[in-house]
Amino acid sequence: MCRIGVTEDDLESLQEKLSQVLDLFRSLDEVDTSDTPPSDHSGSLESVMRSDEASDSAPREAMLANAPATQNELIRVMAVLEG
Amino acid sequence: MAALHDLTLMEVHRLLERREVSPVDVTDSSLRRIDDVEKRMGAFISVDGDLALKTAGSLEQDGTGEASPLAGIPMQIKDSICTMDLPTTCASRMLEQFRPGYDATAVEKLSSRGAILLGKGNMDEFAMGSSTETSAFHPTHNPWDMERVPGGSSGGGAAAVAAGEAYYALGSDTGGSIRQPASLCGVVGLRPTYGLVSRYGLIAFASSLDQIGPITRDVADCALVLSAIAGKDSRDSTSIATPEGDYISGLSQDVRGLRLGVPREYFVDGLDSGVGEAVREAIGVLEGLGGRVEEVSLPTTPHALACYYILALSECSANLARYDGAKFGYSHQEASTMWEGVEKTRQYGFGEEVKRRIMLGTYALSAGYYDAYYLKAQKVRTLIREEFDRVFEECDAIVTPTAPTTAFRLGERSDDPVQMYLGDIFTVPASVAGIPAISVPCGFSRGLPVGMQIVGPSLSEQTLLNIAYAYEQVTNWHTQRPPL
Repeated sequence: MCRIGVTEDDLESLQEKLSQVLDLFRSLDEVDTSDTPPSDHSGSLESVMRSDEASDSAPREAMLANAPATQNELIRVMAVLEG
Repeated sequence: MAALHDLTLMEVHRLLERREVSPVDVTDSSLRRIDDVEKRMGAFISVDGDLALKTAGSLEQDGTGEASPLAGIPMQIKDSICTMDLPTTCASRMLEQFRPGYDATAVEKLSSRGAILLGKGNMDEFAMGSSTETSAFHPTHNPWDMERVPGGSSGGGAAAVAAGEAYYALGSDTGGSIRQPASLCGVVGLRPTYGLVSRYGLIAFASSLDQIGPITRDVADCALVLSAIAGKDSRDSTSIATPEGDYISGLSQDVRGLRLGVPREYFVDGLDSGVGEAVREAIGVLEGLGGRVEEVSLPTTPHALACYYILALSECSANLARYDGAKFGYSHQEASTMWEGVEKTRQYGFGEEVKRRIMLGTYALSAGYYDAYYLKAQKVRTLIREEFDRVFEECDAIVTPTAPTTAFRLGERSDDPVQMYLGDIFTVPASVAGIPAISVPCGFSRGLPVGMQIVGPSLSEQTLLNIAYAYEQVTNWHTQRPPL
């Protein structure tokens, strides 16, 4: 699901460490939250709107310079659709 | 007279103001110090001496920013914060060649005040760690004991400031990444209220928790740097307007009558006895200055660690999904399909700790587990916030140890992630609640620095700085320099 390749050799140590952290995660079961609403943020944030004004974007050359592969000033990627 | 590199930002500013030294002299002195100690320290990922001297030279010529106390003073920026002129790697192979092409807002604000960028600070990869050992490039050593870690993830910043390589540093704090290394290296570190400093240009780890903040040698320097970087930014919609704007002129050492809560849940088993003693003594000093100390309770504290890690890892799994090798960063090109390319890119580009965190976060957010982990952690987050709110009805601030131990040995906790996470147990509650906290040096235990953490309600930075400043006026821990 998270698209990370793993080798067979790493699996055992990975499993052990993941289980250690999952045990920590499960410790929250002890907390009674039956009457508590969730907070998705630390503060009281309000939604904001940006004014519809054109402004400069990041320089094209600098952005393309970071791309692993380019062609005709575009970023080249592997085929997304098969067949 | 103390060596130039041992002075504070404010002291150097006074020398510059009286023209006893020039920006080039100061920069040159920092670069010489880096030459002398950096091989042993490993506090930087990159240093650009030519660029620093060029900036210093042009300051001398046109006097840009002379009005600011930060003008002409060399500093380090954590490598998770974007800089136009230097690569920004986040201490990861994934971004080893990355050049952002722009400055983060906080960097822009410092540059416009004439600050001199020496280089980028070492850190745990993608700020995921508490020891700076997960850096893909090299570890950083604690200047008080080279066999020990500087803490993390902003370990490079805390170590560089403690070792006299930079006068101050910008770090980022998600669960304690500014305060814990500041504590372990004997310097001052402040995590601002969530939103006080723009996150524009900070490479995201956990967006609802990440904050940029200063690491300095004393509290006045901290107030100065915070004044420069705080403020609303249209490029970060979660940023908030600064109520103070100037934390330095409001700095006061009068803490008489301030109500200081000492939460009993922070003085428990697992707290190193030397750390506990130093912090209790420091609380006694604050009481002697007129602070009204009382015991308080924050009962959900023991569960803050699990709550924090579920939230942080869930958010990181979403934020780091962008590293797929297509638009920027490391890209594994020898693949027969797009998905194979993405999997190999992430397998080879990320280090072990980062991969584990993405896997755990993905798991916590997945269908069938979401309610048990992520939603549960969000509810516990509410409880933690409410407890702080209640305590702050009775108290102006609370005082705790910053970390349960002093600096530990390199490699000591590398094989046990939970043991490593436990180092954050006292710093994560403020992070989860989004409230500000400062760590100030308050003594030594077996030759290693101890930090005291002062936590306050939202936007109470001035109060926290004042308490820390008052403490500093009657103690000399902050003037100690490591023998290098």
